[in-house]
Parts: sequence; structure tokens; C-alpha cells
Amino acid sequence: MKKLLSTSLTIVAVLLAAVSFLPPAAAQAETIKVGAILAVTGPASFLGGPEARTLEMLVEEVNAKGGIDGNKVELIIKDSGASPEKAISFAKQLIEEEKVFAIIGPSTSGETMKIKNIAEEGKTILLSCAAAQVIVNPVAKYVFKTPQKDSDAVRKIYGAMKDKGISKIAVLAGNTGFGKAGKGQLAEIAPEYGIEIVEAEVYDKKATDLSAVVAKLMANKEIEAVVNWSIVPAQGILAKNMRQAGWEVPLYQSHGFGNIKYVKAGGAAAEGIIFPAGRLLAPELLEDGHPQKALLLEYTEAYEGKYNEPVSTFGGHAYDAFKILSAAISKVGPDAEKARTAIENLKNFPGTGGVFNFSPADHNGLDIDAFAMWTVKDGQFVPYKQ
Amino acid sequence: MKQFLPLAGLAVLLVCVQLLTQWTGTTYYLTQLTMSAYYSVVIIGLCLLMGYAGQISLGHAGFFAIGGYMSAMLTTRNLITFQDQDWMVLLDKIGFLAARQDLYGEAILSFQPWAAAIIAVGLAGVIAFIIGIPVLKLKGHYLAMATLGFGIIVFRVFLASEIFGEADGISEVPGFTLLPGVTVTGSFGARVSNYYIAWTLVVVAMVMLINLINSRVGRALRAIHGAEEAANATGIDTAGYKLKTFVLSAVMAAVAGVFLTHYNGGIGPSEAGVMKSVRYVALVAVGGMANIWGALSMGVILNFLSLRGFFGSYDDAVFGAILIVIMLFAPEGLLRLNLVAKFKKMFSGGSRK
Amino acid sequence: MTSELFLQYIFAGLTYGIIYAIVAIGFNIIYNTTGIINFAQGEFVMLGGMIAISLNPLMPLPLAIVLAVLITMVVGALIEIVFIRWLDKPSVLRLIIITIGISILIREAALHIWGEGVRSLPYFIGNEVSSVSIFGTRISPQVLWVMGVCTIMVILLSLFFRYTLMGQKMQACAANRTAATLCGINTRNMVTLSFMLSAGIGALAGCVMSPITYTEYGGGTGLAIKGFTVAIMGGLGNSMGAVAAGLLLGLLEAFSVSVVPLAFQDAISIAILLIILFVRPQGLFGRSETAGLREF
Repeated sequence: MKKLLSTSLTIVAVLLAAVSFLPPAAAQAETIKVGAILAVTGPASFLGGPEARTLEMLVEEVNAKGGIDGNKVELIIKDSGASPEKAISFAKQLIEEEKVFAIIGPSTSGETMKIKNIAEEGKTILLSCAAAQVIVNPVAKYVFKTPQKDSDAVRKIYGAMKDKGISKIAVLAGNTGFGKAGKGQLAEIAPEYGIEIVEAEVYDKKATDLSAVVAKLMANKEIEAVVNWSIVPAQGILAKNMRQAGWEVPLYQSHGFGNIKYVKAGGAAAEGIIFPAGRLLAPELLEDGHPQKALLLEYTEAYEGKYNEPVSTFGGHAYDAFKILSAAISKVGPDAEKARTAIENLKNFPGTGGVFNFSPADHNGLDIDAFAMWTVKDGQFVPYKQ
Repeated sequence: MKQFLPLAGLAVLLVCVQLLTQWTGTTYYLTQLTMSAYYSVVIIGLCLLMGYAGQISLGHAGFFAIGGYMSAMLTTRNLITFQDQDWMVLLDKIGFLAARQDLYGEAILSFQPWAAAIIAVGLAGVIAFIIGIPVLKLKGHYLAMATLGFGIIVFRVFLASEIFGEADGISEVPGFTLLPGVTVTGSFGARVSNYYIAWTLVVVAMVMLINLINSRVGRALRAIHGAEEAANATGIDTAGYKLKTFVLSAVMAAVAGVFLTHYNGGIGPSEAGVMKSVRYVALVAVGGMANIWGALSMGVILNFLSLRGFFGSYDDAVFGAILIVIMLFAPEGLLRLNLVAKFKKMFSGGSRK
Repeated sequence: MTSELFLQYIFAGLTYGIIYAIVAIGFNIIYNTTGIINFAQGEFVMLGGMIAISLNPLMPLPLAIVLAVLITMVVGALIEIVFIRWLDKPSVLRLIIITIGISILIREAALHIWGEGVRSLPYFIGNEVSSVSIFGTRISPQVLWVMGVCTIMVILLSLFFRYTLMGQKMQACAANRTAATLCGINTRNMVTLSFMLSAGIGALAGCVMSPITYTEYGGGTGLAIKGFTVAIMGGLGNSMGAVAAGLLLGLLEAFSVSVVPLAFQDAISIAILLIILFVRPQGLFGRSETAGLREF
């Protein structure tokens, strides 16, 4: 038995290698191939998971309606596991082999920065779902990103702090690309608002308890508020550890907190957390006629109905990327060069992250108004009022 | 000379594959074949250490990362603000610096790739030597834990250091011009030449290892693997041989790291992770421990498939399954299975019992 | 350092420390009967938490935890029976690789069953913000639960090994397998039992710590590495050593926060382990001859 197994395994391995060498079937003329490089598994799976599910849902919807202006969409999702080397390999594969029209993703800043030049050289539109501003600054012709600017989130938070008269803060960040970018912006913008960062710490993305570091910060009586910048579950752990230790200073979180799962995980400790985020969190609270209201409600309903889990802002980034691409294609047809220009000229385009206004100099298209300040009350997101 | 015959076969095969892709218009396969080739350099180096010297290392991704990260850091760090300092003038005089412009027209003054590569590989070798002395005194689980611990420290340091880009790693690493006209770079136009660069490195490494294995050193290593005390008693300097093998395999990993980083144009912390080290060990095991040809072929095939996303979201699961199946049913490695003999035994041996 | 801060570090350190110790004891139980380091030990902790969380909506919390522990014990037994039992004199290297493979498989299976999100059990008493005051510092009651349950587990285990027939049989296997077989002990069953036992204590630890740390599919690896570290620091196979080493490492990590950046915490604790390995490979509390006994 064991010999049989091992023999067949050898044969299978050889066959697999042989099969993958066959040239791919010729693409049909009317399908638009869209590639996606997402961290569906691995340490950033809480980003890539919702992003992949959102794209699958959208493509299904579009094709059920006959495609974008009659062009069917074929989605090729590649799971990078948040490894840059895989993202690089997949980007080359998608561009040269699959000859995709555009690539959505990657989920993390590190991966995006590795394939920025590849997309540029391969003249393929890249719509990144990662946050760091370096992705679009300096602007690369083919590279766009859909999440809001970190710097705007920082300004929103500092603005709210200034109103409260807070000037000495502690900064905590997760050791992800998101945390790294935010930490940098927080330090850079602080002087503008007369804010001083007294303590700064970085914790592991898999951190399971932060009570020791909370104790350390708490001993510093100067600190008037804490800003935490991360997208990982430890956001809830920090809130719990602070409240359990009886430390009552206000806790500000980044827009990475915009995920009701984290609020649920934080439970009673999440109450009173103040953070900036897009309007996806509570679309029903928007006034009628707000440009984003209809699409936010529609996305929420469709996603929650299909996957039986709450929407997150992360899935929203992929939603925006796909919708921006579809809008460009329906404007100028399936021509990559023209579509790229069309994205650059897209104005007043509502998405989950805000209202996009692209230009040749701005490949993000969102400004500070994309953010609103939120807080948590009775386990729900509500708009933050002074 | 006989042992080099397969190498000639390999060379012919490599050229055939390249021509085949050219002919069928599928040259894009060369991208992943190039990347897999660099990983195989790590794997065959580790094979020497594990299979021949009998020392497990769960920290080889650390050496790969030291090579890759150091050369990436040195070739991208812009030193233009220091250009009038004495030490910079000195570095410039000995040809260690190179000026260039990035894609956006900014002037960059950084280390020359050759200089960076020498520093990176040298550093990996020195670190391997320093930690090798105490680590290789350990055995069994203790050795596994010590090398695993080393790998974790390297990973943590790269992940926590601003100079190494923290979670983002380092991007926009320039090409590495080995000789005029021969550049390690990932740009689409240089694919065929890079395929040959990578495989030349593999062939050179194989020649070196085959030579080594069939020399006095190789015999000594096998003696160590079999019975270290006995080897020691017959006057073989076991500690010395083990250390040399450890440093050699670390240097090979670092060289692969340098080349792949220039080819990819960047490196991230995932290259230093524990899972990467486990993967290298897995591939050596699948190839059959003391079998560099097995390690090479399995390394190339499985890395090739993995880098093409063949296993989708089950990439790690497939590796785990392969590990278990091979270790349960064919601990000598897939290629060690003498299939004909096994079949004979299966049919005749079954009836005799 | 104020006495208040000092106490807070102590409690934070003890919470981690006792969890590390439990994982390390799990390693030791299996190591003692088989000579195997089971790299999938951390996954037992994750599985215990995950199963209890899935069962919790269907039944009262204590029952969910008991069932989760039992199910994880069955998983532990199955792993031993399917992957380990029938191997004929496997080498240490082979076993290391097999258990690493098992750990990867369990983790990936958990990802595809439970998804990538984090989950947690409710707090046993109170909620996320409730705390009790001890000597002027405030800590969560769940921390006391973790410490209490883990301490009881340690005591029960040592009683089990010392006073029950089953425990003595397992100890006999640990001391000398051949002799144990000659005395009529079914060593194979003892091995299966050791897998069940260590899966069970891992799962229980996973349940009590879940409200504090959350449970996530990939949470086992980090714990396994820390547990392995502690097991070696305490001397492989020495469970009391593991408790001492676990508490020591926990305290060390907590106090290190005050001097080195948090981002380097893991690097520091592993570096300390390496130094111990180089200087005293038998562990802080082990005897040198035991370290020499089990090699490749």
C-alpha cells in the first residue's frame, strides 16, 4: 500500500509539472480578464478574505447582467498569502501570460510597492487595495489606489484632539504595512497641530495581550490620549487591556478599526473609541440624497445576504477598485490605454470609501471629506460629536 | 568524471526548455523557473548540511534574508546627503559607490551592487561562523530549536528595524550588473538572459557540491552523519567539518538571497519567516535528504508550481500534506524509491508472508 | 518604578507565563513517553478554543468547554493512531518533520472551516471592562481564571503521575520503554494516552485564555514556539521545570517592555533561550545526563 501511494505520488508530481507547461487556451475576444492579487490566506487574510469575496460577488452580478456593456468579465484571483515574492511572480504571470486588462490588489503596501514598477513596465492598470501613500506618491502612470489617505485620517484625529485640548499623546502601531505608514504620518503631522508624541510602541500583528505595555504607558502621567494604528485584532485587545487596568484616557483608533467584528470582539471595552472612517459603517444614518447612500446600502445588503458576515471597509476597497474599473470600461470600451486615461478623468464618482475625484496628479482621488469621525455606543457605530 | 555526466544532461535540458518556451511562445514560464532556480541554491546547500553532515537547520531562511536584505538596503539607501564626508570619499575611491537616477528622476548615490553583494554574503558567512560554533555542539531537538530561534531573531530584527523597511520590506532595488551586458533584473526584456544567469549559478553550485561530496570532506561528513563519536575517535575533526559545511550552506543561501532580491526588485519579511525555513527543510526531505539531485528537482518542481499559484489558497496545506506523506511512506525521499524493486517486492514479498 | 507598575508587570507576566507553562507541559508529556517533540501542540490550544466557541451558542458554557476538551482529545488520539503509531523506529528528524506537517494541516483546515476572523468565548465572569483590585492594581477576573485553572491542572497532573496506576505506567514508559514493555505495560497505548492528555490540557488552556487573547486559526504557531522555548529552558521532560521556566519567561517579557521597544520583545526572549542552550543545554532545571540520553 505505501509503495503504491508513493509511486502514484511521483507520477502525479511529474504530470502536474507537464500539464502546467501546456500553453493556455486562447482568450475569447469579448471577455475582459481582470486579475486580482489578494492575501486570501496568511497573516493579512482579514484583508484579502473580504476583498476576494467582494470581487467574486461583483463579477457574478455583472456577468448575470450580461457583463460590462456586453463584455463578460473573467476574474482571476491569485492568493499571495501576503508574500511579496509571490505577488511579484503573480503580477508577471497575470500581465504576460493571462494578458489581463487590469490588476486589483495587492492587499498590503509591501506587496504593492514590489509590483508597482512591474505594472508600470507592463503597462497594466493596477488598482491597489493597500493604504500607504507611497503607492501613489510619486505618481506612477498605471498605479492607482482606493483606500483613503493616511494623512487625512491623521488630520481628522488630530483635529478632534485639538478641539478637546489634548496635546500629549502615546502612539501604538501594529507591525504591518498599515501600522508602519500610519505611524510615520502621525509623527510627521503632529507639529502642525501642536501635538507631542510622548511614547511610541510597535506591537506584533499576532499580539494576544498588551497589558504590560499598557501598564508602562499608564505610568506616564503626561499622556492625555492614546492613538492606535493597526488593522489587526489587537485593536480590541488594547481597548480591553486599557479599560481593565482602569486607564480612562480617550482611545483613538485609525480607519482600520472600521469593522464591526472588532467592535464585537472588544465588547464593552470598545465603547467610546473615537476613530475616522468612511461612511460604509452606518449608511442608514446618512441623509437621503447623499451620493454614497444608495450604493452603500446596496453593497451592505448584497454582501451580508450572500456571505452571512458583516461588511468591512477592506472589502469596500476592492468594491471601489472594481467599480472604478467598470466605470472606465463602460466609458471608453475595453481598451487599457484609454481606460487608464478615463480613470484619471473620473470625477464625482461615489464609492464605499468616499467620492472619488481622480486627476493625473492624484491617483487616489479621495480627500479629507471621505472621512467622518465615529465612535462606538452600545456596540454600534455612531457619528462622533464633540 | 562520471558524476558530472548528469550535469551535462541538466545543461542540455535547460537549453531545451528555453528553446521549447521560445518555440511555443510561452517564455513567461522562465520567470518562475528563474525564481525557483535561486530557491534551489538554498535547498541544495541545506541538503549538504542536512543530508550529508546530518545537521538540521530550521533557520536557513534567515541566511537567505540576511543576503537579500543587506544587499537591498545597501543598494537602495540614498547616501547623497553624506557625499562630502571623508568615509564616503574613501568608499567612492575604492569603487564601492554608484550614482544613478530612480524612475522619478531623483539622484541616488548608493552602494554598487557588487560591493553590496560582497558585504551581504560576507556578513552572512561571518554570522554563520559565529553562531555555528555553539549551535553545532547541540543535537537533535536542541539543534532544531537553536536554529529555529536564530531564524526567528533574524525575522524579528528585519521586521522591527526601520532601516530594513519594517513590514513593507525594501522595494525598487536596482538591477545587478554582473559583467557588462549581463544584468540580474526582473524587467521583461531580460528574461532569457536571467534564466541562464540563475541556472548557471545552480550548475556552479552543483559542481562545487558534487566535488565536495566525492572528496575527503564528503567522506568525513558521511562518517559524522553515521556515528559522530566513532568519526571523532578516528581523528576526524568533526566540529571543524560541521562548521565549514554550515558556513558554506549559509553562504549559498545568502548568495541566492542577493540574486533573487535583485531579480525581484525587492524583498519582504516573508522571506525570513519560519514557514520559509520549514519549506526548505521540507523540500530537502522530499528530495531524499542525502540526495542533491533529488533536492534540486523537487525544489524546482514544487517551487515552480507554488510560485505560479497552482495550489491556490491551499499552498501551505499542500506543503504540509506533502511533508507528512513523504515522511510516512517514503522517508528516503521520492527519488530514492527504487520503483522497479519496490513493485517486485510488493508482488512477491506479499505472497511470501 | 512604582510598586503599582511593578505589580502590573508581575500579573501580566504571570498570565503569559502560566499559559506558556501549560503548552510546555503538553510538550513534555508526549516527549516523556515517546521522545517526540510534537510541533502541533499549539494547534491543540487553538482547536480547543475554536471548538468551544462554535459549541457555545448551542449549550451552556461549561458544557461547551468540556465537550471541546473531549473532542480535542479525540483529535489528539487520532493524530497518534494515524500518523505516529505504526512507524517503525522513526528518526527524530522524521518525527520533527511529520509533526510540523500535522501542525500546518490543522492550521489550514481551521482556516477553511472557521475563516480568517478572530473569535472569542465570553468572559466567564463580568465582561471586557470589569476588573478586580488586588494590592492596588486592577486586573481582569479572567486573568485569575487562567491562573487558577492552569495551577489546578499542574497540581492534578503531578498527582496523576505520582499516585494513579495509569500515571505510574506512563512514567515507567518515560523512564525506560523496553523495561516497561517487559513489565507488561502496553507502551503503544500509553503513547496514545499521552497524546490525548496533552491535547486535553492544551484545549482547556485554549478555552480559558480565549476571552483574553481571542482565538484565531493561526494562533497556535506562536504558542508552540514559546512553549517549546519554555520546555527547553526548564529541561526537556521536566514538567516542574517547565512551570518555573514558563513563569520566568513570562515575567521577563513583561518587564522587558520597560527597557526595550515592544517590537524587539520576541527577539530578546529567543536570544535568551539561545544563550541558555549554549551555556546549559540541559535547561535551567534539568540534569545534564537527561540531555545526553535522547539524541538523533
